[in-house]
Amino acid sequence: MSELHFDPAAPLPSLPGHSSGGRLERILRSGRFAVTAELNPPDSADPRDVYDRALVLSEVCDAINATDASGANCHMSSVGICSLLTRAGYSVIMQISCRDRNRIAIQGDVLGAAAMGVQNILCLTGDGVQAGDQPEAKPVFDFDSTSLLNCIRGMRDDGKFLSGRKITVPPRVFLGGAANPFVPPYEHRATHIGKKIAAGAQFIQTQYCYDVPMLRTFMDKVRAQGLHEKAFFLIGVGPLPSSKTARWMRSNVPGVHIPDAVIERMEKSKNEKAEGKQLAIDLIQEIKEIEGVHGLHVMAYRQEEFVNDIIHASGVMKNRQPKRAPRPAEPVSVLA
Amino acid sequence: MYAVRLWSVRHAKGLNRFYQAFEKVVVALHPLWNKIGYEKLEAPFQVLERATKGFLFDCQMCGQCALSSTGMSCPMNCPKTLRNGPCGGVRPNGNCEVKPEMKCVWVQGWAGAERMDGNLEKIKDVQIQVNNAIKGKSAWLRVVRMTKKVGEFAPKPPKAPPAKKPVAAAPAPAGEGKAA
Ligand code: SF4
Repeated sequence: MSELHFDPAAPLPSLPGHSSGGRLERILRSGRFAVTAELNPPDSADPRDVYDRALVLSEVCDAINATDASGANCHMSSVGICSLLTRAGYSVIMQISCRDRNRIAIQGDVLGAAAMGVQNILCLTGDGVQAGDQPEAKPVFDFDSTSLLNCIRGMRDDGKFLSGRKITVPPRVFLGGAANPFVPPYEHRATHIGKKIAAGAQFIQTQYCYDVPMLRTFMDKVRAQGLHEKAFFLIGVGPLPSSKTARWMRSNVPGVHIPDAVIERMEKSKNEKAEGKQLAIDLIQEIKEIEGVHGLHVMAYRQEEFVNDIIHASGVMKNRQPKRAPRPAEPVSVLA
Repeated sequence: MYAVRLWSVRHAKGLNRFYQAFEKVVVALHPLWNKIGYEKLEAPFQVLERATKGFLFDCQMCGQCALSSTGMSCPMNCPKTLRNGPCGGVRPNGNCEVKPEMKCVWVQGWAGAERMDGNLEKIKDVQIQVNNAIKGKSAWLRVVRMTKKVGEFAPKPPKAPPAKKPVAAAPAPAGEGKAA
């Protein structure tokens, strides 16, 4: 029997009706407002780069998203980041994009991730290779996000690979999908999310929201279809560093919608950076009041130091203080 | 052709009706196909299918046609070959993230589906990943075999219990095996 100093795969006792043993699912199912945050992946092989960034985020969020070459730019892999973070007891959401790996690679990664203690997986289509730093790459897209959700759900609930071959210990993971209510076809975005939920999504993380009326329209449709009772909705927010970056983002980052009024508000202010922070806080105040919203997903690219301020100033965490899983004093057996 | 493809989505309702009628005919002709042999029919059917669906939908011959669930907009023309709906990168004008000069296949797909049925029932079907082993094959013949449950869709004979490994947990006493 192998002995580990720490069994990351079982940090919490399992609860009935939960598909994972993770903290994120616990927080959401207990009706508390959850916060997740995206870790900006390093362009290095230094684990400290990951740990330093995680430390800043972990105090104000229930799970850290490890991105999978988002924007089709090459960085440290999501599997690698998850391996480092789970080892240290952090709660992570491993992102899987369909762009870079085929079904054989992804199913193997899911098992590996669950063995490392990954409790949450976010299934994404992935930005096209043309958006990134290596547009010459071959796009894979063997799955799409919906068929990927369906596949991992089958691995977890039926204990089988796509081939039907048995998995002796299935991965216990809480599954998520992404939504972008801010791009066409607007009126069908909710129905499309319904499809993802039917395929296995249990939580939804959205693209950056800078347009609350548009989000409200989307959430109206979500509620009309009862989707907010079938999955947890975490709305994407993030501080804009400047009006210049905002303009650049909306024309260069696929799927980002920033209304003119927001950019004007930034331009009119004396201190754009502070205004960006205040804007994020204001947005959160409005978003958290929308019925059917269960939490926030903070994406503060290269502005991690602001996440703490934003979350505390907006008061969404109340008095909650997320912690890392404590390391047990005695070695824990993996097979126990 | 791109222009014809857009026309087909605009006429999704009529095309879908025609398609359903056509499917019935092809399925009804199963005895004939069976007599000729599905193997022999593959090549001519592929030529026919590629010509007609290629013209109307820019069909990519994935071999597992989903047009009736995609508003008659062929999902294999999406640069990401998404089969369940649009990605999050659709441009504000409804054009594709990857090919800015092309209308997003899924914005089109949803528009086609609206014309086909108001309830959008078919487009809600979750499509599983593509079977790459049957790319290039005739999807029409496959539909016939699927409906008639022949060929690869023939019901499999129930597996005989493995002779080598008797169930160790509860060995049935001799003579009582067939009592239940
Ligand atoms: S924008 Fe539409 S056509 Fe283009 S990759 Fe995304 S889903 Fe496919």
